[in-house]
Amino acid sequence: MTAPLLSISGLNAVSDRDGGAPILRDVSLTVARGEVRGLVGESGAGKSTIAKALLGILPRTVRVTAGTLAFEGRDLLKLPARELRDIMGSEISLIPQDPQTALNPGRRIEAQLTDGLRMKRGLSAREAHGRALSLLEEVHIREPERVLNSYPHELSGGMRQRVLIAAAFALEPKLVVADEPTTALDVTVQKQILRLIRGMQEAHGTGVIFVTHDLGVVAQICDTVTLLYSGKVIEEGRTADVLASPRHIYTRALIAAGPRYDRPDAGLTPVPAAVFEELRREIAAGGGR
Amino acid sequence: MSDTLLQATGIEVTYGTTRGLLGKPGGGHKVLHGVDVHIGRGETVGIVGESGSGKTTLGRALLRLVNTSAGAIRFDGADITHLPEPRMRPLRRRMQMIFQDPMASLNPRHTIRRILVEPLLLHRLAADARAAERRVAAILERVTLPAVVLDRNPHELSGGQRQRVGIARAALLEPDFVLADEIVSGLDVSTQAQVLNLLKELSADLGLSMAFISHDLSVIRAVCDRVYVMRHGRVVEEGPCERVFAAPASSYTRMLLDAIPLPEIDPEWLTRRTESEDAA
Repeated sequence: MTAPLLSISGLNAVSDRDGGAPILRDVSLTVARGEVRGLVGESGAGKSTIAKALLGILPRTVRVTAGTLAFEGRDLLKLPARELRDIMGSEISLIPQDPQTALNPGRRIEAQLTDGLRMKRGLSAREAHGRALSLLEEVHIREPERVLNSYPHELSGGMRQRVLIAAAFALEPKLVVADEPTTALDVTVQKQILRLIRGMQEAHGTGVIFVTHDLGVVAQICDTVTLLYSGKVIEEGRTADVLASPRHIYTRALIAAGPRYDRPDAGLTPVPAAVFEELRREIAAGGGR
Repeated sequence: MSDTLLQATGIEVTYGTTRGLLGKPGGGHKVLHGVDVHIGRGETVGIVGESGSGKTTLGRALLRLVNTSAGAIRFDGADITHLPEPRMRPLRRRMQMIFQDPMASLNPRHTIRRILVEPLLLHRLAADARAAERRVAAILERVTLPAVVLDRNPHELSGGQRQRVGIARAALLEPDFVLADEIVSGLDVSTQAQVLNLLKELSADLGLSMAFISHDLSVIRAVCDRVYVMRHGRVVEEGPCERVFAAPASSYTRMLLDAIPLPEIDPEWLTRRTESEDAA
């Protein structure tokens, strides 16, 4: 077996604002080339912190105290700023959560889509325009010329998210971090966007870290999944195995808590207090540093 | 349902009929195109749709919080469509609302005590502050909030606790009808289950009629007796949840249902397209 594309090991982080409270506790996970890894958990689980650490955009109040983020063997936490800048956007890119705020409202789509191509890949304005056109076609935008000429407010939420997906894949990155990319979208648009991300990822052989709170989304798009609670990995494995035969009681409880339109008698079981007690015990025993 | 509490017939709502931003007379934008809704006593009715479907506007029209440009609304046998505000006021206590974002609907500068006690005094449901406090203590227990929250401000509570305060505030006034608009969409699943179960119990105990607005069909299925599916300001399907979810008549309902990702492996789900998705 070759080395994974990304290997996070023993990652610990604390919040300086909260008097050094741990927010990541010994997190380890891997992403292979072409693999979609779901990072799932409720609020406060630490899934977004991991995504931000990967992209080098942790808030100043969050401090990594131990661990490595090995991307193709290089520890992102130890790289000089210059090398990190070369990697970000180019080899690791982001699909953000909120398509309303992620684009600059004062610049046309073309400018925003071609910046990276011109600065990081050295394309001429003309070459970049051609590449941007074909990228928009690849994300199934019907009138790519018109969209390139548009400002973000002239596009629907779903269209903007397509533009952001095109931008994320523009430089042929090896790893895409998708941070709750469909949370703000209607359910029918969500399905199209999930289909698109999976299609792009398969076509380009890209590894994806897919952050979500929705186990249904995990089931439909992720090959593997890491479930977190309060900064700790609770369960990890192939998505099919974790969902069909979860090992941890918290995983089982989360699956039972979600309402299901197809099984009205099954969902909506509140997570029992005993499950949270068990989680607290495990965290106290294994705690972060 | 034979005993109808709230009935809306042919409701139309048009926004922006006044002058536009640049002084141009605006033609207005119709967001509800003749909607019929009826809610029986003790019945919980779901209103589901995507953004822009008009579900929130419909809810507000039912409570007379937006003006209707056509149609009629009857509450408890009386026509309230054009009832002037002073005559609406006594009905306001009987028609309560629970909001999507309790952080925005609970006054951040008031303690939970003040948020819960004041409406009781305002609507003269309690003789004095002490009587009001006793009722507040009882409802807190009912929504499983500890008494210590009384001296806190909304931002000091968790999202689930805040939403329980919102439910308590509505239930305290002993309404006949409650409108709940996306009240669990900001909550984690484990908290969501608690809040929804609480709401179900309360509405059964108090015999409430409820309109439950949500974009989430699974949530609707869990709490509602009957459902209205809305699209572009129209009702595209209506019926008992059992029937609509098992055998949806409208292709749009089928598309909405199929778009929900379930937490089990379905290798065809991502590529499967419904007929209306192709048409869209």
